[in-house]
Amino acid sequence: MGFMNLLKHLLSDDWGVHPDDHKRPAADAPVRVMPVPQRLYLPLQQHLGGPARPVVLVGQQVSKGELIAEAQGMVSAPIHAPTSGTIVAVSEITAPHPSGLTLSAIILEADGRDAWGELPACVDPFSLSPAEIGQRVAAAGVVGMGGAAFPSSVKLVGASRAKVTTLVINGGECEPYLSCDDRLMRDQAAAIIDGIRIMQHATGANVALVGIEDNKPEAIAAMQRAAGRGDVVIRPVPARYPMGSEKQLIQVLTGTEVPADGRPADIGVIVHNVGTALAVRAAVREGKPLISRLVTVNGQCAAYPGNIEVRIGTLAEEVIAFAGGLKGDGLGLARRIMGGPMMGMQIPHWRVPVVKGSSGILALDASEVAAQEPNPCIRCGRCVKACPMGLLPLEMSARIRNQAYDEAIDLGLKDCIACGCCAYVCPSTIPLVQYFVHAKGELAAQDRTKLRNDATKKLALQRQERLAREAREKAEAAARRKAEREAAAAKVAAEAAAVNAQTQGESA
Amino acid sequence: MNSHVLTAQPVASPHAHGGNSVGRTMFRVQWALLPATLFGFWLYGWPSFFMWLLTVAACVGFEALALKLMGAPRIKASLLDGSALLTGWLLALTLPPWAPWWVPVLGGFIAIIIGKQVFGGVGQNVFNPAMVARVALLVSFPVPLTWWVHPLPGGGLPAPDVVEGLRIFLTSLPVPDAMTSASLLGHAKTEMARGIDLLHSLGGESSRLQSWFGVRAGSFGESATLLILAGGLYLIACRIISWHTPLAVLAGVALPAAIAHGIDPARFLAPETHLLSGALMLGAFFIATDYVTSPNTALGQLIFGLGVGFVTWVIRSFGAYPEGMAFAVLLMNALTPVIDRFIKPRILGRDRQGKPLDIPEGQGA
Repeated sequence: MGFMNLLKHLLSDDWGVHPDDHKRPAADAPVRVMPVPQRLYLPLQQHLGGPARPVVLVGQQVSKGELIAEAQGMVSAPIHAPTSGTIVAVSEITAPHPSGLTLSAIILEADGRDAWGELPACVDPFSLSPAEIGQRVAAAGVVGMGGAAFPSSVKLVGASRAKVTTLVINGGECEPYLSCDDRLMRDQAAAIIDGIRIMQHATGANVALVGIEDNKPEAIAAMQRAAGRGDVVIRPVPARYPMGSEKQLIQVLTGTEVPADGRPADIGVIVHNVGTALAVRAAVREGKPLISRLVTVNGQCAAYPGNIEVRIGTLAEEVIAFAGGLKGDGLGLARRIMGGPMMGMQIPHWRVPVVKGSSGILALDASEVAAQEPNPCIRCGRCVKACPMGLLPLEMSARIRNQAYDEAIDLGLKDCIACGCCAYVCPSTIPLVQYFVHAKGELAAQDRTKLRNDATKKLALQRQERLAREAREKAEAAARRKAEREAAAAKVAAEAAAVNAQTQGESA
Repeated sequence: MNSHVLTAQPVASPHAHGGNSVGRTMFRVQWALLPATLFGFWLYGWPSFFMWLLTVAACVGFEALALKLMGAPRIKASLLDGSALLTGWLLALTLPPWAPWWVPVLGGFIAIIIGKQVFGGVGQNVFNPAMVARVALLVSFPVPLTWWVHPLPGGGLPAPDVVEGLRIFLTSLPVPDAMTSASLLGHAKTEMARGIDLLHSLGGESSRLQSWFGVRAGSFGESATLLILAGGLYLIACRIISWHTPLAVLAGVALPAAIAHGIDPARFLAPETHLLSGALMLGAFFIATDYVTSPNTALGQLIFGLGVGFVTWVIRSFGAYPEGMAFAVLLMNALTPVIDRFIKPRILGRDRQGKPLDIPEGQGA
């Protein structure tokens, strides 16, 4: 491996980074199923797009899998009760986000029976039309399980319309520490392959390529056994972060690039995660909504790292407690992360619920986060070599520091996928991603301000026009009235003159 | 809303770091320079050791002074990153081994204050500080900067002991003529000026083996070609530098030299003589690869390196100075912002001009 990496380095084909993956021993520990906790906290916004709208009342009894919030808008996903119980409140809960801001959430008190309601099962999914599969996936609230949480049905339906030819399944799991996809592929390979076939049927893709990083030999073996010699092809890919990023995985597996202003569907490709394949299968075959997921608990501070099947809405605090708690009661804990260490979110405390896109709960100690004061840039160019998009992070951050956002855009700021490779390799520990996220936020704010200013200007212009028109109309009316008055006066005068003339004639 | 307080300032991802640091990078470079430096001590004795020590100390001292005067925070951390130490070390390697005490002090001042801190400190300088100092000294004090002492082992003269070495270093008396000789490039140049062509001036000299091992007159650390090369390859292997710049520099000298030598061997030196002489190896692997003052794309580095090599060859062959490495590096340093402006990596999903790739026909919703 070392020699191959050196060779790649010499040939400059060395995008991305090779972080220490920290996946074992968590990946090798068998999955533990966590019992339903007392209370579940279900944020209405667990996906990209519009938040769901609650359709239950406080005090209402719900069964397991019952719809409690419906999708709202074109891109959205419904939310279902992860267990049977009573709705106790619709309130605020800390979001899995570094800001510590809150989200509206439905709070469900479990009754302990955990009884399913009616499920619309389906014996032969391949007899369904793509649109029907899309409907079932949408109704089950399935979203991308890799972390982005984009509603899967939107992608599936869009793909069948766009005449997609290749279905890429992302089993890369390139984020260090995380092993939930690895575990799923080892334990449920046959079900995943079934889910992939259903998605293939729904999208009309004639081939499905499953990309799995070569640091997961067990998962590759299990998937190859399950796939057999069909049109689902298991393709080991080099372990390299960010291999699991959509554009990078497509390029490695199909050799084509997604145009900068296009989507994968534009080149006939659609990408789904292995976890999503499993959720799609459950939704289509059994009619089961997405109410639980596998979460990796890991980090130096976790006492018993491993993968845990958790109901959506369980607090991270309870997941950690079930997993065996933290070493030394959390002494030495330096950072709490939801997601992976490269792109995950720092969270302010553990009372944050697991949502559909949560892949990991990490308790990192000081040696792992390696937080240091940033030093000046020495222009070593490591970020340029690491950037998987071919950007110049050092130049972009220099522009952003001077608030020259337009120049940063010219350098490709909008192509940045925030993967964090640049900051990972930076010898001066400059928080490059923070610069880019800040600049993107500033630009979004500027766009909003511009929209508002334009709207105000338009309104002001309309008002001016209206006032001018009114004044003109008033003047015209006044002129008309004056003319009428004058005409009337002239008439009267003429009549008077005529009368006068008559009288004079008579008198004459 | 929450009773929990934020325990730390929230930070953006990534939450992991590769563990690389400026200090580690500088340390590796110094490690790579060590063999050639130790070899230089053995060749030139105590005076060269004092010269090296004072150059490094002067650079670190001036760096500390500048940081203090600017009121910079974390002075100690900035000093410990080793960048000033490395500048001093590189400067020392390019100076005559028996240079008197004021050369290192003045050199350190020029390198750190004029070459680096007036531009804004580490990462901000346009020109390589060590080369700025080297060129300023050479132009201002040509005589002491060309006292090339004979290597002591095999030179027939007794090596000075510590006290004698210190006396030579501090008194700045001219080195007796018996102990000096011209460097190979200097020799070729002066003989050429006298009308003696290369076939006669270099005739019969089996200098190649000497060049490899560095037992010849020249700058303190430049002569041990083999050791410098080994240090450079070590840096490539541990990915401190990439191969692009060094290879391009060597090619930039060797290609024109091979063509010219092929046409007129009496007028132009052979490419292997060029490669093994003067500051070329040190320049290719340690000077031209300076992060701050060289381009940061692979293609840019190739252009930069070829430029350095070619200008070096032109100065050596046609210029008034026998060696042109330092001038070539400074010239290309000035061009680095231009190269960086025009040579950019291709963004994924875009063409070289930055326009998005075409969406193929028949696809897309």
